[in-house]
Amino acid sequence: MSTKTVEFNVGQGREMGVGGAGTPSPLAPFDIPEPDIGTERMLINLGPQHPATHGVLRLVCELDGETVTEIVPHIGYLHSSFEKLGEYRTWNQIVPLTDRMDYLAPLIYNCAYVMSVEKLMGIEVTERCKVVRVILMELDRIFGHLLWLGTTAIDVGAFTPFLYSFQQREKIYQLHETLTGARITTSATRVGGMMADLPEGWLDQLVEFLDEFPKTLGEVHRLLTGNQIHIGRTQGIGAISAADAINYGFTGPNLRAAGVAYDVRKDRPYYDYETYDFEVPIGEHGDCYDRYLCRMEEMTQSVSVLRQAIKRLPGGPINVEDPNISLPSKTDAMSDMESMIHHFKLITEGIPAPEGDCYMAIEASKGELGMYVVAEEGSTKPVRWRVRPPSFVNLSVIPKLATGHLLSDLIMINASLDIVLGEIDR
Amino acid sequence: MADDSMSGLDAVEEGAVSSSTDSGEGQGSTGSPDEHPTLAALLDRYPDEIVRYRLNAGDQYVVWMKPDRSHEILEWLKDDPDHLYDMMSDVTGLDYGNGRPVNVVYQMYSTTHKLALRIRCELPLDALEIDSVVDLWQAANWLEREVYDLFGVTFRNHPDHRRILMPDDYAEGHPLRKDFPLRGRFSRAEQTRRALNQEVERFYLAEDLVRGGAPQEVAAAEVGGAIGPSESDGGEA
Repeated sequence: MSTKTVEFNVGQGREMGVGGAGTPSPLAPFDIPEPDIGTERMLINLGPQHPATHGVLRLVCELDGETVTEIVPHIGYLHSSFEKLGEYRTWNQIVPLTDRMDYLAPLIYNCAYVMSVEKLMGIEVTERCKVVRVILMELDRIFGHLLWLGTTAIDVGAFTPFLYSFQQREKIYQLHETLTGARITTSATRVGGMMADLPEGWLDQLVEFLDEFPKTLGEVHRLLTGNQIHIGRTQGIGAISAADAINYGFTGPNLRAAGVAYDVRKDRPYYDYETYDFEVPIGEHGDCYDRYLCRMEEMTQSVSVLRQAIKRLPGGPINVEDPNISLPSKTDAMSDMESMIHHFKLITEGIPAPEGDCYMAIEASKGELGMYVVAEEGSTKPVRWRVRPPSFVNLSVIPKLATGHLLSDLIMINASLDIVLGEIDR
Repeated sequence: MADDSMSGLDAVEEGAVSSSTDSGEGQGSTGSPDEHPTLAALLDRYPDEIVRYRLNAGDQYVVWMKPDRSHEILEWLKDDPDHLYDMMSDVTGLDYGNGRPVNVVYQMYSTTHKLALRIRCELPLDALEIDSVVDLWQAANWLEREVYDLFGVTFRNHPDHRRILMPDDYAEGHPLRKDFPLRGRFSRAEQTRRALNQEVERFYLAEDLVRGGAPQEVAAAEVGGAIGPSESDGGEA
């Protein structure tokens, strides 16, 4: 597996920071005389309505001075029991539930769900569909990382990257809208294919974005990567060892920042990812700064994968040509008796599944996203549809990461995990 | 029960899929243990504990295991150098309804051997208990809490055995069980009454910090004393 070690310690040492302030790096620690004050513990309630929790997350913290000694996270405020709702819906009716989980990268969730169902049913999608889904998933990886980048920077006081990244996100929103008609609730996939093929001119719009985007990314790099304030706030903060990161269930950029080269795209490849030429960035310290570097590099790699995918995009049909799986065209359904019957059967009954279960793991922007579907023989609805939520497991590590750090570092650690509460609570 | 004025999706009206067949070894391939080294080793080492196995979805091996010695076997799978399942991807529940046993499903992955394995433990409805694996994989902490919350499975020796997604005082049961109606056990009126009668202050008491020490008041003047290196958190270019 090709790996890449990210650059570290860009600004180590006591140099002059932005604005002339000498900002010592945490790697060159200096002693602060311990002030002689009382040591009573204080209870702080952070959230559920707080801008820095990135959603309705509540953290009850016990503080000793400014140091966090205990954190108890409370989640569930957004719980809507999507998994229960899924048991009452046919396979295709579940698709709209999936993009409401991670609304920051909805297409990845659309794709992951139908991939799992297709694997369970033994459906092989067309070559064009595979490449289109790779394009959509990589595009939304950038989409998700951009939101993380903007909001995380703003949490530590850097306002400009927020504007830059949201300007680029708006372009992806427009791509979503051209493709699906919706900006967030895309619901773009169907079992056996897509809701529709790529509209005319969509790829040109995407290429335009790919030409623009690396420039913006470079500008953000210049603003943050060597920035003394940013380095002071992130290096050595919330560090975790590789063994602990695996044991605590970290996946995605959070795990790779700790030095573990686990990427589902490389380790358990799907959709011919092994034939794409891209690198998986690996950190070494597992702290907030390495997580930042990993995600920044991942966006660059995603641009590269997108360009390769556009180049190899084959023609042909986007849906499997099986009347028991894919809907006929509207014209056929209105004029051809056979197609009309299939249309009627598909809509009223759905697609029958074989007995069994299937766990499909893919690399989402937040980490390993697993879709576990269980079916009875011939059932057109799942017995159980389970989402293995990457943010949920990543967030459960926060008491370990933040205990012993300052309260202001807790904000940075929480932001660096890149969580989305819609998916944690489901 | 739910309101009479239900409307909307036909699929919702029809109700959830509830199985009528026995927990079948059924159709589908049983696969061959030679293809999966861990399965072969499990059959060799714990022949009495493995109920059956199956090859699902083309290339995924599923092993049904008796719950009694699950902790011991999972520990062996994690630590044995030939297997080293160091990553517990997922712990979840599965209920078929109709009195069939509730399953606890473990999705494991070995980063060393690049091998995935799914283990299912069937728990009869009158003994919904299994050993927690949090001491082996910390990742299982919240995942097991979720299974307890939504399926009512008790995990023995779990360090923090509480509900996680539903409120602590949720009285309607465990929502992902098949016998739990989609709109909840209480009537809409009762649900509304309970929601409005909540003591909101209760959620902001110090007791919420279940595992923490007793907090005390700190005078404002004392709080101002601590200065950390990240105080320089100002604006930026």
